[in-house]
Amino acid sequence: MKDYIFQLLFVWYPYICLTVFLLGSLIRFDREPYSWKASSSQMLRKRQLRWGSNLFHVGILFLLLGHAVGLLTPTSVYTLVMSVEQKQLIAVAAGGIAGVICFAGLTLLLHRRLFDERIRRTSSAMDIAILALLWIQLVLGLATLPFSLAHRDGSVMLILSHWAQGIVTLNPVDAKTLQGLDWPYLTHLVLGMTLFLVFPFSRLVHIWSAPVWYLGRRGYQVVRSRGPLRARGAP
Amino acid sequence: MRVRAQIAMVLNLDKCIGCHTCSVTCKNVWTSREGMEYAWFNNVETKPGIGYPKDWENQTRWNGGWVRKRNGKIQPKIGSKWRILANIFANPDLPEIDDYYEPFTFDYEHLQKAPELEAFPTARPRSLITGQRMEKIEWGPNWEEILGGEFAKRSADYNFEGVQKEIYGQFENTFMMYLPRLCEHCLNPACVAACPSGAIYKREEDGIVLIDQDKCRGWRMCVSACPYKKVYFNWSSGKSEKCIFCYPRIEAGEPTVCSETCVGRIRYLGVMLYDADRIEQAASVDDERRLYDAQMGVFLDPDDERVIAQARRDGVPESWLEAARRSPVWKMAMEWKVAFPLHPEYRTLPMVWYVPPLSPIQSAAEAGKMGVDGAMPDVRSLRIPLRYLANLLTAGDEEPVARGLERMLAMRAYMRAKTVDGVVDHAIAKRVGLSAQQIEAMYHVMAIANYEDRFVIPTAHRETSEDAYALRGACGFSFGDGCSPDGDTGNLFAGGKLKRKNPMEVA
Repeated sequence: MKDYIFQLLFVWYPYICLTVFLLGSLIRFDREPYSWKASSSQMLRKRQLRWGSNLFHVGILFLLLGHAVGLLTPTSVYTLVMSVEQKQLIAVAAGGIAGVICFAGLTLLLHRRLFDERIRRTSSAMDIAILALLWIQLVLGLATLPFSLAHRDGSVMLILSHWAQGIVTLNPVDAKTLQGLDWPYLTHLVLGMTLFLVFPFSRLVHIWSAPVWYLGRRGYQVVRSRGPLRARGAP
Repeated sequence: MRVRAQIAMVLNLDKCIGCHTCSVTCKNVWTSREGMEYAWFNNVETKPGIGYPKDWENQTRWNGGWVRKRNGKIQPKIGSKWRILANIFANPDLPEIDDYYEPFTFDYEHLQKAPELEAFPTARPRSLITGQRMEKIEWGPNWEEILGGEFAKRSADYNFEGVQKEIYGQFENTFMMYLPRLCEHCLNPACVAACPSGAIYKREEDGIVLIDQDKCRGWRMCVSACPYKKVYFNWSSGKSEKCIFCYPRIEAGEPTVCSETCVGRIRYLGVMLYDADRIEQAASVDDERRLYDAQMGVFLDPDDERVIAQARRDGVPESWLEAARRSPVWKMAMEWKVAFPLHPEYRTLPMVWYVPPLSPIQSAAEAGKMGVDGAMPDVRSLRIPLRYLANLLTAGDEEPVARGLERMLAMRAYMRAKTVDGVVDHAIAKRVGLSAQQIEAMYHVMAIANYEDRFVIPTAHRETSEDAYALRGACGFSFGDGCSPDGDTGNLFAGGKLKRKNPMEVA
């Protein structure tokens, strides 16, 4: 039974989540562009947002980048410059700092969302749910830190990164390899995948639209002409 | 030279009676929706006053418009592209809804359903955001109406710059004017420049600035960048919205709703031709006081053969060239020079211009004699300080405003002589640098103001600029997600709004 549950959660579930994440995002972008937005509530209440939102976003961006690089860089690549033990130490230190920054911001935001009447009353159920999920996920992530420090050889990190690399290369590892992990890792994994699952149905879609292309805009102005016909030389 | 055409507007403040019909009809048509209750695409402010949103003209506070850097280039005052992106998580220059006002309604139902009471039942206010009781309404859409509130607060008005304002707090010396405001549909719009998504754009064919609702991601930089604070964040949809210059009407050759319904007939709509290649240069001139001149330098004479030839090459339709030659906006802004841009110092090159108001003669009331310049009263002794109008319309340069006011006074004197005394007095016209013919044309357009003289709007030529075949089966103009029905019902992605609070049902 345990084997089956692990197979379900760590081999099948990630693909379900990734599929919904990608297809859902695509369908929403194509069919419901009007709903695609960051859903800022700054207009209604500035208080707590400046610190909350900045700390949260800086922290979470660093964490996302850290997870992507940390989990997906092949062992053979990073061992060229550092040992597995060193990498884990860097991951724990950097992730810990970013995690605490993010935690401070997210807690502010969650408090604001729940207890500021204006924000609470104008929130959708998903707005509250996604913030709560992120907060739990962050706490679980922080909870793994003492466990990681308990085994400094980096063995757990290797198991996790091999699992993640197996998923994205469509060559999943045997789910049994995860059975020895402590509960914070496992719950963090499952909830992390769940976040991908709910992504297209939440305001998280604004991540896709991070407006980095703005930096590449030539000049400042945008002028649109109607004219497909004019361009073809019609009168 | 790259010729483009724009439908521009002039408001003759001399005739504005402050009835708010423009604001109300506009609101009924465009913004009577959840999330936009607080937003007025068109509003009428009583000046002097701090306006709506509070203190909007204070750009050291809101950082709207453009700044000229030391190297002569301009950039949005809220910052370069990097700065704008860095502030995207929490925009430090964003007004809060209380800077406009918290939208409210009243418990009207209580008036009908109240049981027998000792006191007469009242309809108490409720917030339209939270649905909760508001004990006291602190600010509203038109709080300073007709000099409401104490002078000490209203005199924070930015346009008092350089005016000895203390004496205007005295009842005997007070003055007021109305200022109807809407999106300026600028030639150099700061909202467009600051939009990281590229969702805001200026239409090439008629100059209307629009926000693509499907592309807007709600980064809310446009709200800060617009120095007129005429981009509004819809707190319900999470997207920015602004005056659309009633483009569906304009395309059909009809005036905007605010213009059509204007009781005082103060609004004018007409085509202006402009040189798109000269915009940046004009917006970047060193001296703020020269921006008014610089903007006039961008406009092109519709009677100039070279302009007409180039306009044809650039695809401006013939009917638009004809309309440009008859444009009331051209006449008032360029020929008679009685209309001026609102706050040219913001460097946005606004396209809604204003004819300054005349006012009673101050010294005449005081001493029984008036300051007279020849046969006409001196515009410097008008009750509204010239400097105040200049701060509003020409970045503080009094000369052009004085000339505009003189011409309006001259028009009155000329017509009085003609209709009362039966004399055509060429000297009056000559003194203000106009011909008798021009004065009569001015009278016809500005005083009589017939419908067809106020609104010279060519219809859009969509048949030459749009492929109708590609549009077949499309949804056309709709609220919400294209062809999807309006509202959240059955939408997988809407996230299920918390049950909407009906103010009447809240305990």
